[in-house]
Amino acid sequence: MSTQRKAVALISGGLDSLLAARLMLEQGIHVEGINFYTGFCVEGHTHAIRKKDKAKPKRNNALWSAEQLGIKLHIVDIIEEYKDVLINPKHGYGANMNPCLDCKIFMVSKAKQWMQEHGFDFIITGEVMGQRPMSQRKDLLPVVVRESGADDRLLRPLCAKNLAATLPEREGWVNREKLLDFSGRNRKPQMALAKQFGFEDYATPAGGCCFLTDANYSRKLVDLWQARNKKDYEFDDIMLLKVGRHLRPAPHYKLIISREDGENKFLNGYRKQFATIEIKSHNGPLTLVDGQMTEKDMQQAARIASRFSQGRNADQVEVKITLLSGREKFLQIKPMPASEINQAWYI
Amino acid sequence: MSHYSLDARNSLCPMPVIKTQNRVNELSAGDTLEVSCTDPGALNDIPAWCRINGHEILQAIEQKDEVVITIRVGSN
Repeated sequence: MSTQRKAVALISGGLDSLLAARLMLEQGIHVEGINFYTGFCVEGHTHAIRKKDKAKPKRNNALWSAEQLGIKLHIVDIIEEYKDVLINPKHGYGANMNPCLDCKIFMVSKAKQWMQEHGFDFIITGEVMGQRPMSQRKDLLPVVVRESGADDRLLRPLCAKNLAATLPEREGWVNREKLLDFSGRNRKPQMALAKQFGFEDYATPAGGCCFLTDANYSRKLVDLWQARNKKDYEFDDIMLLKVGRHLRPAPHYKLIISREDGENKFLNGYRKQFATIEIKSHNGPLTLVDGQMTEKDMQQAARIASRFSQGRNADQVEVKITLLSGREKFLQIKPMPASEINQAWYI
Repeated sequence: MSHYSLDARNSLCPMPVIKTQNRVNELSAGDTLEVSCTDPGALNDIPAWCRINGHEILQAIEQKDEVVITIRVGSN
């Protein structure tokens, strides 16, 4: 009796990785999933924060995929290691701050390390040739193979027939004839296959699964680096870029103004790390201040923050500013009218 | 068999799942782990992680702004 071969599948939570893993299970391969958490994954976060999303069922799509497949899933925190990928991408950025090719190379190399540590035989991904402009271009698929070090132990079941045979195919661990030849951006073949396998309600994220492909998010990240005069970040920085309105009225300080109750609660957890602005006389948002404010800045910041409170049309509102030193300052100010808010302040 | 607790409050999914996974991997079959979270998403995600990895959910309760989930570690 032959040994059952083992594959580690990169599971993003999207349809392609779900189908790729399923194809391997069909061939009797033992499959376990691996999911990498960079800190920029769209999964979970804002869904958990914003109240307007609370009516939607909350689920982690990578876990959902694993459950559909009946396989184990290992979620790996790569937040720290990922910094170098994002800050110094060898192959550059895509349309926004997305280093997709470096990211894929990094994740496959991490999967290879996991494969070796756990005695697995090969790696599978849901890549489809030509589907994405950066990481899945025909001429770049071999770059992932080479630079990740996975070499011919990287199998892409959805488009394998368009590529040279890999070790699992040559050794007969998997039957190449039963692999697929998908290519291009047309999603219909994947949707038909999903139907054939009985997968319904799978995730179809419009903007992909990474915040770095989002233009608004990328702009905030670039602003953060410019303001600090260095390309670096901490985990809290990148979390906060997902929350609230971000306004920079002056180069040396930024306001993060919550948009609703869920964000208020989330920002409340950062009180010890930032100066805060609260509207005391009316219902209003909690605002975090990133940077140092002068006395004059405090007047301006209080007027801006109160613009987003229920006192926006009042002649005067009471505002409390709590500095990082713990010093509290109460101001009576007139909220800034919309016409005075410089649109260039919005990041 | 021992009982342990894990504070995963003030972190958003999937971090509570990752913290739970990493702690469970250090424990022995039959041990129990009580995880406290503030992200309501954990109420779905931690049980899902337990189901696919062979651990048992003994209790999952939501109280005010906190979710508390008790797990019995499986033998896998």
